[in-house]
Amino acid sequence: MQRMVIQRIFIGLVTLWVVSVLVFVGTSVLPGDVAQIVMGQSATPETLAAYRAANGLDQPLYMQYATWLGGMVTGDLGISKAGGASISSLIGGRFGNTMFLAGVVAIISVPLSVILGLIAAMYPATWIDRVLTFGTLSLISVPDFFIATFMVLIFAVNLGWLPAIAHISPEDTMMETIRASAMPLITLIIVVSAQMIRMTRAGILNVMNSPYIEMSILKGVRRNRIIVRHAFLNAIGPIVNVVALNLAYLVSGVVIVETIFAYPGLAKLMIDGVQTRDLPLVQACAMIFCGTYVILIILSDVAAILSNPRLRNPK
Amino acid sequence: MSELLEVRGLRIEAPKKDGPAIQIVKGVDFDVKAGEVVALIGESGSGKTTISLGSLAYTKPGLEFSGGSIKLKGDDVLTMEPSEVRNLRGNRVAYLAQSAAATFNPALTINEQVTESAVLHGIMTQDEADARAVELYHALELPDPDRIGFRYPHQVSGGQLQRLMAAMALVGRPDLLVLDEPTTALDVTTQIEVLKAFKKVIREEGSAAIYVTHDLAVVAQVADHIVVLYSGEVQEQGSVDQIINHAKHPYTKRLMAAAHAGPKPGMGDKLTDKHDQDTDNIQVKNMTAGYGEIVDGKPAITVLRDINMSVKNGHVVGVIGESGCGKSTLARVIAGLLPPAQGDIIMDGHTLKGLYKNRSKKDLQKIQFVYQMADTALNPKQLISEIIGRPVEMFQNLSGQKNREKVAEILRLVELPVEFAERYPSELSGGQKQRINLARSLAAMPEIMLCDEVTSALDSIVASNVVKLLKRLRDLTGVSFMFITHDLSTVAAFADEIVVLYAGRIVEQGPVDEVLSPPFHPYTRLLISSVPEMRIGWLEETMKKREMAVGIARGVEITDVGCPFYNRCPIAISGTCERVTAPTYELKPGHFISCHHDAKTILDIERNPQQVLHGFEKAIPDEKIAIIAE
Repeated sequence: MQRMVIQRIFIGLVTLWVVSVLVFVGTSVLPGDVAQIVMGQSATPETLAAYRAANGLDQPLYMQYATWLGGMVTGDLGISKAGGASISSLIGGRFGNTMFLAGVVAIISVPLSVILGLIAAMYPATWIDRVLTFGTLSLISVPDFFIATFMVLIFAVNLGWLPAIAHISPEDTMMETIRASAMPLITLIIVVSAQMIRMTRAGILNVMNSPYIEMSILKGVRRNRIIVRHAFLNAIGPIVNVVALNLAYLVSGVVIVETIFAYPGLAKLMIDGVQTRDLPLVQACAMIFCGTYVILIILSDVAAILSNPRLRNPK
Repeated sequence: MSELLEVRGLRIEAPKKDGPAIQIVKGVDFDVKAGEVVALIGESGSGKTTISLGSLAYTKPGLEFSGGSIKLKGDDVLTMEPSEVRNLRGNRVAYLAQSAAATFNPALTINEQVTESAVLHGIMTQDEADARAVELYHALELPDPDRIGFRYPHQVSGGQLQRLMAAMALVGRPDLLVLDEPTTALDVTTQIEVLKAFKKVIREEGSAAIYVTHDLAVVAQVADHIVVLYSGEVQEQGSVDQIINHAKHPYTKRLMAAAHAGPKPGMGDKLTDKHDQDTDNIQVKNMTAGYGEIVDGKPAITVLRDINMSVKNGHVVGVIGESGCGKSTLARVIAGLLPPAQGDIIMDGHTLKGLYKNRSKKDLQKIQFVYQMADTALNPKQLISEIIGRPVEMFQNLSGQKNREKVAEILRLVELPVEFAERYPSELSGGQKQRINLARSLAAMPEIMLCDEVTSALDSIVASNVVKLLKRLRDLTGVSFMFITHDLSTVAAFADEIVVLYAGRIVEQGPVDEVLSPPFHPYTRLLISSVPEMRIGWLEETMKKREMAVGIARGVEITDVGCPFYNRCPIAISGTCERVTAPTYELKPGHFISCHHDAKTILDIERNPQQVLHGFEKAIPDEKIAIIAE
């Protein structure tokens, strides 16, 4: 089993490396000349050449890649091409904000969805299940920007309970931060929970058709215990996978939600980077997002391995 | 009230949205006395499982009770409240299913599952239940009884799991046990082991039991009273002696006729001259195969070693052996699903490529594989006409109207109505699906069909009809069969030649009548004597033979050197058999045995069983024999 875990980590590292090549090559072939953008329309060919030399842009692509990768690995993310600040400092605060948002959403939504999914599976075809199924299906079908806009309309415009703009700063107290980010939090919890609830329910009901579940019924075990003790353990694998994918979405895929609430997170920073052709910034953000995906998927694979007694206890 | 369980006028039906409900059980009466084993027998669809589950107040989804009563010590289980029903199940009535492998939850330890119901019902504390479980593991003669409960289901063998399920049922000392075909899926040798353990434990615990099966020979060993069912109605019931020895009802007599008479020489039909061409259709030469990467002609895990055999045109070769002996692997190698590490597969004078992808379309057409489970082998989303039409189109280039005509012709060949072409597999019965499974292979117009346990999942009457069909197909088309099975009686009645595989080696092969008459290879002998006979007291007699006890108590192990049967062989020669590969010699034309003993010695031993025990005691320490033979 150790070998399987190490293998997963190794595959993760290889994936990250392949991603780094793709990100670097991808951003390099984008149209647009960084020197031209930074120096402006008035720059002379000499000043452009000087800028390129100073930033290593005149070197062959593989050399640029090696320098960049070396920097990434050692934590030096480079200097922003727009503004000249270090990328680490640009990302630093934003990364914290994103992690705060993702963390709070995860802490609330994962247990909530698993419990609601379990409840739906315990009482299939009852009104609880129907309400949950109808609710989750509707919410999956509705795009996140619609939910976000709708929330703004209700809570900020009509009721005036919450601010429409999630303006947070490090000086805020905890309560202020939570109040300011309440709407993006709620929106995201709704978006990610719907899918996790459905997968939990489907995963458990799938296992409920197994002969060993029929056996536990014939042993006189209560249905609730059957689901929690017998079915859930066998459904963990697929559930963990969906949870991991949804958490990765929280880090990278929340651009729209961040934009609507003007939440200063990492995804929005990346979009800004794309608009200003700030390639080092885009590359760094892309690597962080991919890293998050890879780490979460490794974690979910390891969790699936650990939850499977065949893999945990070989013959 | 002297009866433990009283079933009166029991009716169970399947309600339909449109139209009247389908009657599954039509007014059944029978009793179970305390300490008595009642067998419910009948073919599939007779309602025997449905009735037995009724005593747990349970029906499969889609069925419901529609009348009658089932009284356990005077309480009608059909009118109980849900909480009473929970208390009934696992506590007063316990259930043992056919497949222990599917019945144990893979994610929980064995002990938790064994003790769960007793603890949940508040009969015992966890500690008491654990102690009781260990006591039962001892009684069921499980290996390492003090610690086996800490393992997970995948860490023990199938036969052990089957006995652990008995422990699960018995832990709460139920009044009644319901055993649903508990040995049907097992090898003959494992079946004896499990039957013996069940019988002993039922006797010691003094609990009553309902034993559901279609196998009359098994019933003769375990039951006190027999209820014969057909289509949800009782045909005949009486004591085991009355039914087995003096059956009255014509249906019971028919069941007895379809039941296996033990494998004996001379049971099969002789080949028709028309197809007896005595030319090799397929030949396997010095073949070694296994799984994993092949380095220097040796796979990581070697399964088959030095296989030499052939199938003649129009012949049926039965391949027998316990599970784990490599029977299916042999078929997979011939079909090209698993390339051999060494040796050749020769067909019609040329060597076939190892992997199916590299074989020509013509070669692919000649060899067709038929899988055991028609349920999983047939695509549920395809019409029968598509399932059979595909190979017709691929190998015979027929499409449109011609394809449909061919499909109809093939359906007639497997004795199914032509209208079935427009149905889906789920609309057919088990036996009909198996016919479609055969028809699909037949549609390629093969020269040889590799049938992997095609009758094992079917009950005796359906299985004997499928075998009749196979015989007819051979006579009509001249196709050869390689018939893989663990059912010796079917092979005895159907095959022309037998190949006995043990742990990846051929230990004996030859014409069916030669293999089934002495001298036997010790393994062939073990297999033949393990087939239950329809005779009361057979199990006890057999288990008294000490060489049977040891052969049955141990399992198949693949060894690199020596004879793999060494540790189960009653006549093994210490110092030789475990070190040197057994020589193969020809007794009669085409009849080969691989053994360190020569034919004369084996025959002598056959006549003088004392010698068997002599050699046997050398091989196995005495205290071990005492445990096994108890």
